[in-house]
Amino acid sequence: MSKEGFSISLVNPNAPGSDLVQKVGIGISALGLLSMLIGATGPANQDPSFYFWTGIMTSIVGFSIYILRTFLHKTESQNNNHIFNSSLTARGIAGWAFGIFLTGFYIVLYWGPSSYWDNAALVTMFDPISQTIFGFRADRWFLYGFIYTVSILIMGVRAILKYRHDNYQIIRTCSVMFFQLGFAFLLPLFMKAMSQPEFYFSYVWPLDYDMLWPDSVDGLMNAGTLALWLLIGSAFITFIATPILTYFFGKRWYCSWVCGCGGLANTAGDPFRHLSDKSLTAWKIERWTIYPVLLFIVALTILLWVNSALEGDIFGGFSHQLTKGYGFFIGQLFAGVIGVGFYPLLGTRVWCRFGCPMAAYLGILQKYFSRFRITTNGGQCISCGNCSTYCEMGIDVQAYAQRGENIVRASCVGCGICSTVCPRGVLNLENGSTHTDRENDNPITFGNDGVGLKF
Amino acid sequence: MYIYMGHMDYKQTKPYEDWFWEKNRINLKRAFVSKVEPDSSSILLDSGERLNYDELIIATGSASNKFGWPGQDLKGVQGLYNYQDLLAMETSTKGIERAVVVGGGLIGIEMVEMLLSRQIPVTFLVREASFWDNILPKDESEMINRHIRSHHVNLRLKTDLKEILSDKNGAVRAVLTGDGEEIPCQFVGLTVGVHPNISFLKDAGIETDKGVLVNEKLQTNFSNIYALGDCAQLRDPKAERKPIETVWYTGKMMGETVAATICGQPTDYDPGIWFNSAKFMDIEYQTYGYVSAQLKEGEESLYWESEDGVRGLRIVYDSTSKGVVGFNSFGIRLRHKVCDEWLRKKTKVDEVVSNLKKANFNPEFFKNFEKEVQSQFQSTK
Repeated sequence: MSKEGFSISLVNPNAPGSDLVQKVGIGISALGLLSMLIGATGPANQDPSFYFWTGIMTSIVGFSIYILRTFLHKTESQNNNHIFNSSLTARGIAGWAFGIFLTGFYIVLYWGPSSYWDNAALVTMFDPISQTIFGFRADRWFLYGFIYTVSILIMGVRAILKYRHDNYQIIRTCSVMFFQLGFAFLLPLFMKAMSQPEFYFSYVWPLDYDMLWPDSVDGLMNAGTLALWLLIGSAFITFIATPILTYFFGKRWYCSWVCGCGGLANTAGDPFRHLSDKSLTAWKIERWTIYPVLLFIVALTILLWVNSALEGDIFGGFSHQLTKGYGFFIGQLFAGVIGVGFYPLLGTRVWCRFGCPMAAYLGILQKYFSRFRITTNGGQCISCGNCSTYCEMGIDVQAYAQRGENIVRASCVGCGICSTVCPRGVLNLENGSTHTDRENDNPITFGNDGVGLKF
Repeated sequence: MYIYMGHMDYKQTKPYEDWFWEKNRINLKRAFVSKVEPDSSSILLDSGERLNYDELIIATGSASNKFGWPGQDLKGVQGLYNYQDLLAMETSTKGIERAVVVGGGLIGIEMVEMLLSRQIPVTFLVREASFWDNILPKDESEMINRHIRSHHVNLRLKTDLKEILSDKNGAVRAVLTGDGEEIPCQFVGLTVGVHPNISFLKDAGIETDKGVLVNEKLQTNFSNIYALGDCAQLRDPKAERKPIETVWYTGKMMGETVAATICGQPTDYDPGIWFNSAKFMDIEYQTYGYVSAQLKEGEESLYWESEDGVRGLRIVYDSTSKGVVGFNSFGIRLRHKVCDEWLRKKTKVDEVVSNLKKANFNPEFFKNFEKEVQSQFQSTK
């Protein structure tokens, strides 16, 4: 490459797949994981601080170095390079391995025996941070909350760097990081520390399915004034604020600005978002799964109240089975194990798309009573397919865009990536001035004066 | 392009799912047509099979230009137009040390971007004094020159190709430029334009020039044979329009026009206001109406460029009537419908500039450009 003299490059134009800084970052991270692994076999019970710093914190720092280095030297057009060539992000061996690892983690987390979790050195490792901030010992749910939040924060920084040319993505990512850290991690745990109910502010009924069940309502009503206000507040969010906000902004105000599930999908899940199924068949399945879940949770909640009013006359002990069943199949198996565990195999929003009752509720509002739409810019679509590929909800955006049709779909969470990846400026998320002018079904290319359709 | 760069796989580049064709009673047949026989209303496929038609639509697109350079058929030398070209490029660029792309147009810059995604150093030979300067005005063209160079591309302006040199296995070893410089490379992209892909129509009796000649209904000299898209050449194009327009949008409109005619609603091809788009690596480009590389007699223009030099907007207007004639935007998304309306109505440039917000199609929270454009317009008035 001696003939390279005329290049004006400031950095090496032949940058290989990963440079020294990236390798060092990943190396540090690997050492951290190794330390965690060793600590988890027992030693962390003797010296939690040592394993907290050399394990958890070291892997966080190493991984952050890697992320910063990777995305700081990528430009906008290079962001998605080789996603379909990488084993991790294209369902290769690494993707399967990671998917199985994640799924396994959720299974052990939810259903692992207490005898393991109660004394697990893996959990003890988190004591230093749990004790320092909240003053109580870590348990498996602290471990989960911590990993979940840190994932959103680190991968949130990654998303901000990756999409740094797009202010919508920057602000939206900051929002999900803020809500996760503050409203779904720090606040609930501080409340727990102060012997108040451990209340997750950013999750409301029907996503937080048991929030309005008789037992939890009774629990909150008996837990003092603050708890009572929280109960009133969350009912207000579900029944009053949600329809209003969705009318003005679409379901995105919740699904991709506030919700922790959406937050994880859009940060930690971003490398896998293209794996969602875009087929018509998948859309048909989606409609047969998500609305029944909503119906079920609404019916169950009503029946539980009736049952409780009649002091158990309808179900007797059966109501307990039903609530347990919902918690197991929907709350844990669907939302957690499949929803997150299968990120590297089915894409990021499996739960949001096929199961979440809150998304179903917001979706109905969005489809029939909202000003939100994705506007297609006249005839500019070139049918390249980027929008559909990167839609995490599996919407075939291109099918609409190439017909010049605006996108008004119940499932759209308004993440805005279709607009970000569009190479021709065709798609834009907009809140119109009314909800009636959104759909424009005229498949003739805009600007084609010769052809008119007779309706 | 997106397949090569790993942004998508082949399946996702299809405009419809595979069931679409059968469901809509379209018999999708994969074959090459070796002969068209209008007298018997039939076509002959390379498999030897013969198909009869009532109406025939020729939409065979373009083929890449080659201008008879020595060595243009060597291994590792190719254009980029179809999927077969893409597969060839995948094979020919594995493990190479340097590539040369010849020809500064839209396919050329895409090929450069593709090669860069594989960390292959690229030398980009452009015959013109500045990138795409037969279409882009000087400011815009220079913005793209800078942008290409900022991606570490060795952009060689005013440089043409003289010869492609072979190694002993018949593969490319280097190129020789017009000024006698030898640039070693193992891959050469020839992206010096396209021509209608109609060689299979030879002796069919269908009138052709560069492309298949068609009237305002896109009919050839046989009333049941139509041609559209890149391969069609209008006998009588509208003012300001070229007889052959090799862009996606006009191809689409032509398809809609012929469909209307064949379905019993005879329709003249009438593309409205011209528009087009492209993306030069990170910089999106949209154009509406007519912005020529050099202002025409009786035209004036307003050009704004952001301080960082990666966003720009040009508005061309008639110097007497002040009505707007065209827009070029770089790194800014404009709203098609609004621009189209302004251009049809020849809205005065003052009104356009003060209402620019209406045409802003940038995503939410993007930095506004309208104010800067407006204050520049005021100061130059």
